[in-house]
Amino acid sequence: MTPAAPTVQRTTRASRAGAVGASVLLAALLALPVTGEAGLMRMIVELIALLVLAQMWNLLAGYAGLVSIGQQAYIGLGGYGLIVLADDLGVNPFLAVPLAGLAAVAFAVPTAALVFRFRGGYFAVGTWAVAEVFRLLIANTTVLGRGTGRTLKAVFPLARETRELVTYFLALAVGLAALAAVYLYLRSRRGVGLMAVRDSEPASESLGVDVFGTKLLVYLIAAFGTGTTGALIYLNLLRISPDAAFSINWTAYTIFIVVIGGLGTLEGPIVGTLAFFLLRELLADYGAWYMILLGVLAVLTMMRYPQGLWGLVAERWDLHFFPVRRRVRFSEPNEVATR
Amino acid sequence: MAWLDTVVQGILLGGLYALFATGLSLIFGVMRLVNLAHGDFSILAAFLAVLAVRALEVNPLVALALVVPVMAVVGYALQALVLNRLLGRGILPAVLVTFGFSVIIQNGLLQALSADSQRLNPGGIETASLALGAGLAVGWFSLLTFAIAVLLLGALHLVIAGSSLGRAFRATSDDGKTAELMGIDNRHLYALAMALSLAIVAIAGVFLGIRTTFTFASGPDRLLFAFEAVIIGGLGSLWGTLVGGVVLGVAQTVGAKLSPGWGVLTGHLVFLAVLLLRPAGLFAVSRRVDS
Repeated sequence: MTPAAPTVQRTTRASRAGAVGASVLLAALLALPVTGEAGLMRMIVELIALLVLAQMWNLLAGYAGLVSIGQQAYIGLGGYGLIVLADDLGVNPFLAVPLAGLAAVAFAVPTAALVFRFRGGYFAVGTWAVAEVFRLLIANTTVLGRGTGRTLKAVFPLARETRELVTYFLALAVGLAALAAVYLYLRSRRGVGLMAVRDSEPASESLGVDVFGTKLLVYLIAAFGTGTTGALIYLNLLRISPDAAFSINWTAYTIFIVVIGGLGTLEGPIVGTLAFFLLRELLADYGAWYMILLGVLAVLTMMRYPQGLWGLVAERWDLHFFPVRRRVRFSEPNEVATR
Repeated sequence: MAWLDTVVQGILLGGLYALFATGLSLIFGVMRLVNLAHGDFSILAAFLAVLAVRALEVNPLVALALVVPVMAVVGYALQALVLNRLLGRGILPAVLVTFGFSVIIQNGLLQALSADSQRLNPGGIETASLALGAGLAVGWFSLLTFAIAVLLLGALHLVIAGSSLGRAFRATSDDGKTAELMGIDNRHLYALAMALSLAIVAIAGVFLGIRTTFTFASGPDRLLFAFEAVIIGGLGSLWGTLVGGVVLGVAQTVGAKLSPGWGVLTGHLVFLAVLLLRPAGLFAVSRRVDS
């Protein structure tokens, strides 16, 4: 009897069970508007927005090693992109959401040309400085409302229920697309290259991985995802100002979510987003203490448990809902014994 | 003449920015660390000075004698108890931990001392000016700030170029592993560098607080200005940092004169232009801690 060829395992029991669970959850989310709980729907839009921001930042920092502190640039550009496209250019406001993501990419290309000159910590400060440049440029532009900002008027003719319903489904679509895109990207050939770059730049380069191209692609994907989410956020809020849209707090929330949830996994940002919302509900009355607690938790996580909440779970029970690694399985032991 | 005045004000402002930049540049040189809470530590120092002035009823310049050692101890503790434990894990954990500290300090100041803006009053020197003739006058306090920046950079130059501590800094910067083999305790050295960095930025923070009002949220801008001065001057060059600060200061005052909203933005744009045209900065040197 010839030994069985080793097989490459790309799913786990958890991922198959998770797919069933996710389908049930998705069905429940799709059915939610029937109950007409507007408050809950708005909260889910917000939750999905933060989840997508976290997934995008995780892709940057957890996989490509690009620690950006300037992702608020793309939230602001996406938000303003939505208003310019919908109010000034007459584009359908819902269609304008992904188009605003493309507008963010258009700004991300020259930005990358500048900030990619920095490495490591100075890359972080560089991205932050560029985000400030965008904020100040918009705050000095009269047609964009200068420091006071603008209001999205294109949705005024719509009934409020219609707008909220479409926004909700759009958020579901954006969230699902972002998760699927990141998952499929990481499972693809390019994704393997990306993880090789994360583990060792010189080694992956010597094996033929295009390090610069890989990082640039991730940066542009993250700009698109973040810009689209920025447009979604301001489709929900309707009122934008440079200080709020380009606030470093967006990036602070995102970083705390990813670090506490688990950097470098797809499950981590999901767990982190849920933990973030839970803490926020519990500590709603404590103001600045909430941010202090998040900061302390993130620092302690980074020091003691760098794999985050999800990392602890995955390590303890070998649980992977989104397996992006390839595991080689050799023939079963009993077959070896009978040989 | 008004333009000449603007440029002179910008040059003197550059001295303050050099004070902010020096500590950032020093720790990057010694251990490749970028402290994202650098600006927030300067604001923390300014708030400590406010508390000291209130409690002891002293001049803020006298309060420096208290604030600077306290911040040096904070710096030593930050490195020894927190950042040294992240060594050998790449740059990501240290960057994220210092970002966490940035958020913690800002919100801690907000919680402890409210969102009101604060100012330090040194008793007249901040408004006194020296007439240079032809309508040109410079503030005594701006002159003092600039002089102290030059003196501090000079002293740091002497320490790095001539003392055994400076030799250890340079050796660790060049090759930390070999320096360790030669008997240098890198962890202690890193903690000393952080103590020095926060001591210098404490001076910068107190001077900022005398020059202008500040709030709990004033830190991040200080970090960005310090970073821009370092990059404009060229990584690793102490005197380049002073030139970088001056270029940034002049860009800001000239921009603000052109249009009130354009001061900070012009500084950022000049920084981006330098980055585009001379990515290594105006005075780049190969070694990171150099004099």
